[in-house]
Amino acid sequence: MSQYTADEMMTVAAARQLRDGTACFVGIGLPSTAANLARATHAPDLVLIYESGCLGAKPDRLPLSIGDGVLADTADAVIPVPEVFNYWLQPGRIDVGFLGAAQLDRYGNINTTVIGGDYTDPKVRLPGAGGAPEIAASCGEVVVIVRQSRRTFTERVDFVTSVGYGAGPGDRARLGLRGGGPRTVITDLGVLEADPDSCELTLTRLHPGVTVERVREATGWPLAVADDLSTNEPPTAEELTVLRALEATMRAAA
Amino acid sequence: MNPVGRGALTNVTNADYVRDKYAGPHAEQRSVGAMTQEAGRLMAKLVPLADGVAELVRDGDTVALEGFTHLIPFAAGHEIIRQERRDLTLVRMTPDVIYDQLIGAGCARRLVFSWGGNPGVGSLHRFRDAVQNSWPVPLELEEHSHAGMANRYVAGASGLPFAVLRGYTGTDLPRHTGNIRSIDCPFTGETLTAVPALNPDVTVVHAQRADRAGNVQMWGITGVQKEAVLAARRSLVTVEEIVDELTPVPGQVVLPGWAITAVAHVPGGAHPSYAHGYSVRDNAFYVAWDEISRDRDTFQDWIERHVQNAGATA
Repeated sequence: MSQYTADEMMTVAAARQLRDGTACFVGIGLPSTAANLARATHAPDLVLIYESGCLGAKPDRLPLSIGDGVLADTADAVIPVPEVFNYWLQPGRIDVGFLGAAQLDRYGNINTTVIGGDYTDPKVRLPGAGGAPEIAASCGEVVVIVRQSRRTFTERVDFVTSVGYGAGPGDRARLGLRGGGPRTVITDLGVLEADPDSCELTLTRLHPGVTVERVREATGWPLAVADDLSTNEPPTAEELTVLRALEATMRAAA
Repeated sequence: MNPVGRGALTNVTNADYVRDKYAGPHAEQRSVGAMTQEAGRLMAKLVPLADGVAELVRDGDTVALEGFTHLIPFAAGHEIIRQERRDLTLVRMTPDVIYDQLIGAGCARRLVFSWGGNPGVGSLHRFRDAVQNSWPVPLELEEHSHAGMANRYVAGASGLPFAVLRGYTGTDLPRHTGNIRSIDCPFTGETLTAVPALNPDVTVVHAQRADRAGNVQMWGITGVQKEAVLAARRSLVTVEEIVDELTPVPGQVVLPGWAITAVAHVPGGAHPSYAHGYSVRDNAFYVAWDEISRDRDTFQDWIERHVQNAGATA
């Protein structure tokens, strides 16, 4: 199957990132699509956790919101929201947290609060933190899914909603953040990974047909590129078929 | 007016806490005339929705309407708009379409929240207009994370002045939200985060069923409703159905009638959100709201036609 969109490539790359048997904190939108794609393909025992309190949800269609009834109907357990954060996230029981971003800097710090102006008089008011600050702090690792552009990949974020590596190496330990932080950022152009020494997001993989130059143009800081830069495999026929079937279930439910 | 003082709720001072401690969060529930007595306990009274809102939600109150994408008390929110409550401090983890409507209708002075958006759709245009352009009135924000808000309700329900968590560290939230503080653990010395208890003047939730004694049963995703009701001085629960007996349901939360001030029978009261076992989310409405709310005139027209000129259903 040769025809696919950049968003489909991004979702497939995110799904491939999820290892079978791990517990994954899932938000609605691309993370939910990617996690359900992973569960329907290579990771049947992936544990999906939705912050509405659904642990081990096994939806047969994509949920319309994090509180969709199909999540409660198929979950191993439905628990109160305070327990999601106190008993499951905070002690480090969740391996992977999936986050989006309105702005992201080279250390994976994320803004989903305000853009431009100042906090009390912003140019754009965004939804805010939700569960993200503690997901970013406490999950074993964080995977960010975001479309890449200069507007989003900024030299500085206007507001730190969720901490990545702060100002660089050692900051997470100084702040007492126990989780591993944003190891991987998956975009519509490729994959960036945090360098183990500098903590800086480094381009390690390109999606097929994308050039390094194009990724640089979509990045608001001088982008670090790995010496062993590779190219992702395009979506397989199976991945595309399953992904499209999942997305069709959401359109049908809506 | 609430004798405990609404200043106590979001900025807990020691004096406020001492008063709260002796009065207890439910001091007022015990004295509200709307209660009935059964088996030695004061039970929730069954009331029409309009009466419940008239009696329990007052201008200037701190009001929590909870429901985590499920069981959102839309009908009660619409009644608050119809009764033209003003200067409310609205509390909710996920202010979504119902708070967009309350904010756009000019009911709110302040919003205490952790995520404000149209779930699964996008932004809240009335919320943005209030924050960015002070329309129709300025809206003060007190912004937290979900973990912080959930723990604030837990502390409120527990009769504690604050909650402790690992949260907010390194973010810009504490710079703008004054009641996020740090605290040293007395046992390990570790620095943790403290947030004050939330004790709303009134919490409103929607549930599937109540019996005639006002015992309330909900199931499916029950979010933070139990904590929000138990943290509040007064509470109003709208329900799909009043039954003679509450048959057990897997995963249920039951709130005893003596922990609730009033119950109103409002079938469909969560629409366009849903009540598990009774209705499904009206997703088309959430999508349509994006267009309706984008423009002040279409918003006002919608509120006039669908809220102001539509009577309470019970």
